[in-house]
Amino acid sequence: MVTKSLPLAKALNEALRAALESDPKVLLMGEDIGKLGGVFRVTDGLQKDFGESRVMDSPLAESGIVGTAIGLALRGYRPVVEIQFDGFVFPAYDQIVTQLAKMPARSQGKVRLPVVIRIPYGGGIGAVEHHSESPEALFAHVAGLKIVSPSTPSDAYWMLRQAIESDDPVIFFEPKRRYWDKGEVDTEAVPGELHKAQVAREGTDLTLAAYGPMVKTCLQAAVAAEEEGRSIEVVDLRSVSPIDFDTIQASVEKTGRLVVVHEAPVFFGSGAEIAARITERCFHHLEAPVLRVGGYHAPYPPARLEEEYLPGLDRVLDAVDRSLAY
Amino acid sequence: MTTELVQLLTPEGRRVHHPEYAVDPSAAELRGLHRDMVLARRLDAEAVTLQRQGELALWPSLLGQEAAQIGSARALRPKDHAFPSYREHGVALVRNLDPAHLLSLFRGASNGSWDPAENNFHLYTLVIGSQALHATGYAMGVAKDGADTAVIGYFGDGASSQGDVAEAFTFGAVYDAPIVFFCQNNQWAISEPTERQTRVPLYRRAAGFGFPGVRVDGNDVLACLAVTRAALDHVRTGSGPMLVEAFTYRMGAHTTSDDPTKYRDEAEVEEWRAKDPILRLRRLLEREGHADEDWFAALDEEAETLGRRVREIVRTMPDPDPSVMFENVYADGHALVDEERARFAAYQESFADAGRSN
Repeated sequence: MVTKSLPLAKALNEALRAALESDPKVLLMGEDIGKLGGVFRVTDGLQKDFGESRVMDSPLAESGIVGTAIGLALRGYRPVVEIQFDGFVFPAYDQIVTQLAKMPARSQGKVRLPVVIRIPYGGGIGAVEHHSESPEALFAHVAGLKIVSPSTPSDAYWMLRQAIESDDPVIFFEPKRRYWDKGEVDTEAVPGELHKAQVAREGTDLTLAAYGPMVKTCLQAAVAAEEEGRSIEVVDLRSVSPIDFDTIQASVEKTGRLVVVHEAPVFFGSGAEIAARITERCFHHLEAPVLRVGGYHAPYPPARLEEEYLPGLDRVLDAVDRSLAY
Repeated sequence: MTTELVQLLTPEGRRVHHPEYAVDPSAAELRGLHRDMVLARRLDAEAVTLQRQGELALWPSLLGQEAAQIGSARALRPKDHAFPSYREHGVALVRNLDPAHLLSLFRGASNGSWDPAENNFHLYTLVIGSQALHATGYAMGVAKDGADTAVIGYFGDGASSQGDVAEAFTFGAVYDAPIVFFCQNNQWAISEPTERQTRVPLYRRAAGFGFPGVRVDGNDVLACLAVTRAALDHVRTGSGPMLVEAFTYRMGAHTTSDDPTKYRDEAEVEEWRAKDPILRLRRLLEREGHADEDWFAALDEEAETLGRRVREIVRTMPDPDPSVMFENVYADGHALVDEERARFAAYQESFADAGRSN
């Protein structure tokens, strides 16, 4: 066992390093990822060690980054591209939705596009506008893409390695406010399946389902609720497309209650899909309607207001109370 | 403007000397270029007819652009890669793509279906200009591999306004990618003339990105061959991209759904009819005695055979099995697709007892 205590951002860096070492076809591309090591230093030191041909500072054009990554993948490369911030992905949205997602099916499987798009996402760091968004549902709606988001350094390491090894396009949402959280990473472990959810904490009264940055918030909520004698189970979804409904279902059949938590707006969010499907699957087990906690149907507010906008401990506990009151 | 245009063959079929660009095809090669253009036009005409008969959903005609497509495609080496837009049926023919693939796409029986690696001819791209970035990325990969391969990316005058084309120019330039950007300026983006896309001749845009651009007579197959070959040689040296603007004309409608009488004058069409790319090469072949009446008659017969084959392909083309909707959406599978595939199959199966398929 080779276990290290690493911040989440460093775990991602180690995953990229390991991928570059193990497969000469892996390339990194993005804005400022070379000498600077990325604005969050996720690619720190990689250009120095692997050269400018494999760790490429790109022109400042997101559609160009994803569009040329598609071309590189057609040539046999496995590009891992960085979009600097969540709110900057939309110039590339057309290439992602119209080209990257559909080309494998259009070619009837003759084309495979093993492209990973890394996106630091979510709020909580006091950033200026367009630097705190959670657009995962806008991608999960599109067939052909896979969407994942780790919540721990260990998952960050292993899920990124698995995403790079996947022959499918994967959008890898990195919880930027958790970049500096440390955790144990075993780089020789046998990882679980990329798209399988994990029970992060066991409980019997209610299930909280979350992914990425909100898993930590849910775990804190579970601890707080325990003091009031409530036993909360927390499911870390890890994958938003596909979603591991079996694991959620098993949990809800046990607890009878489900609250889905994400930073993204509630309206048409992933919680809506989970609520609908779990209601279908667990209708006779549910003691309360599935509740959702998330952002409001308003543009992400200025940073001074983000604590009011984002689902925090209190909003999650409020939803727990509402569910248990049924 | 005419001084800027590279021309090696006048509309009357006379050779013209150009100080920079020359090509000296053998008689057999000249006949080959003519044959390619005639077959491309025949395939195109047959497809238009099939659309009128309701056999195809749509067809974007290449009529008038045969020289630009055949000249540029014949300049490619077998290992070179072509990234088409959606009107490059002539390039497809030269690359030996089975026309069934193109017909299947425009019949609505597939969304592409061919393997780009088989003929180094990539999928058609209907969203304007996107493929310029794919071609550039591919060329960036070629450069990394140190391969002696060049890439050609086709797009039109309308696409020149797209951000993706500008970004492709930037990426191609800063990474010294071996790519020829081949713009077929056919003067019309559906109903909008080139003046709605640009204030400068399109080939001059290259200068701003730091690579050479040249305008070629797009109805002159010899000039298109010579200029594209020179451009491919240029990009192979590792000194970055080159832009070729083939100045041509879309003789037909944008697609079979379009009505060009609403926005352009017949006089303009007539003017370009006099510059017909096939006629001018035929005049050269006849004048220089490279082909006789028997040869032309045999070619006509070959074109008719192609036309019959195209009809046969379309009229015998089966509809795809509905289950293909769920195939190849993902390489490694996806739980939701698996679930929906199974549900769809069960739904179909539920009608089996009733003795009907749906």
